[in-house]
Amino acid sequence: MEMHRKKRIEILLEAPAQKRLTDLLDRLDVTGYTVLPVIGGKGHHGVWSREGLPSAAGAMVSVAVIAAEERLDEVLVPIFELVRRHIGIVTVSDVTVIRGERF
Amino acid sequence: MSIVDLAMQNLASPMVLFFALGVAAALLRSDLSVPEAAAKFLALYLMLAIGFKGGVEVSKSGLDPAMGLTIGAGILLSFTIPLAGYFFIRLSTRLGAIDAAAVAAHYGSISIVTFVAATEIVRGLGLAYEGYLIAVAAVMETPAIVAALLLARRAAPAERQDGQREGMGALLREVATNGSIVILVGAFFIGWITGERGMSMISPFIVDPFRGILCLFLLDMGLVAGRGLRQGARELSPSLVAFGIYFPLVSAAFATAFAAVLGLSPGGAALFITLAASASYIAVPAAMRLALPEANPAIYLTLSLGVTFPFNLSLGIPLYAAIAQRIAG
Repeated sequence: MEMHRKKRIEILLEAPAQKRLTDLLDRLDVTGYTVLPVIGGKGHHGVWSREGLPSAAGAMVSVAVIAAEERLDEVLVPIFELVRRHIGIVTVSDVTVIRGERF
Repeated sequence: MSIVDLAMQNLASPMVLFFALGVAAALLRSDLSVPEAAAKFLALYLMLAIGFKGGVEVSKSGLDPAMGLTIGAGILLSFTIPLAGYFFIRLSTRLGAIDAAAVAAHYGSISIVTFVAATEIVRGLGLAYEGYLIAVAAVMETPAIVAALLLARRAAPAERQDGQREGMGALLREVATNGSIVILVGAFFIGWITGERGMSMISPFIVDPFRGILCLFLLDMGLVAGRGLRQGARELSPSLVAFGIYFPLVSAAFATAFAAVLGLSPGGAALFITLAASASYIAVPAAMRLALPEANPAIYLTLSLGVTFPFNLSLGIPLYAAIAQRIAG
């Protein structure tokens, strides 16, 4: 089966900033993204959990974007500019997809 | 009833005891927890019920000329309390300007759950209150955020100011259309429009289970506060903890003067003072993460939910109710 190399950008971000990130992704005209809830974890500021929180503050979300390699910088630079001031982690990894024309 | 009797009666209420149970469970590292979706449902229910009841009260009493003045006073207090708060924080603690501005925003804004708990205490004392205080609560959420951002801009370097200016309009829109405000104000208008007929239709849902659901929500708040204290206590210096207790009393003193001038009923005055003395821990923390992401959330969340909320719930509200009865009774 023919496979296509793409870049997967994963942004783990504090939940209050989620809408800003997805609005930015819409403006960047990425072909799609997936928002996932995350349960809890541990980082620079210690252990965190979203259990019982009535507010978005304190919770985190994970947003995954798959982009063509040639568009990586164009997408990654504004994403990082937004995430830089917030609690978050941006990672980029190599992935292969089957339907390459979709990304 | 004396202030001491009132405080003792309140401390032995199911609401306070369930909150204490939550704090104790979290400190003991119990696995007791309320799922996030359930916590959000409980908060929605409480906003809907309190908003609706307020609207029904307004439909019964009709429009009061004092309503506009009380709303104006609420906006003024919400804007000025952060300025006073910022001054006291900078004077009495070693917190930096950005963290101080973020903390000040929480104290100028309101905690609707503290307000809900206060309505139960006021009702237990047999006091009525003006239904339009729900509208006052809704308008007191946002001005504090504006005041805090102005304080932060004064202190922040130029490049940070640009970033904030860009997002100010969007931020205020996000806070004003925050889900808890929309359901609170929306339910208030639905209660106002449908009046007693509406109340008789849904009272089995919003009146009878109200106290039990409030207890469950306070159990969750206790768990979140306890976890916050366990993890965030190291962020709080003794002077900050002291601020979390004495500053609500400063805000209460401002609000007491307004309540006396406005001529609110004893129950209404107790709730108005409670609004001013409470500190937000739902809408403002999320707004501060967007507006002042450099501020440390462990400080303002732990101070608001772990120190000021328990203080108000256990001792503050009975004190405000006693003061209100003296000035308005």
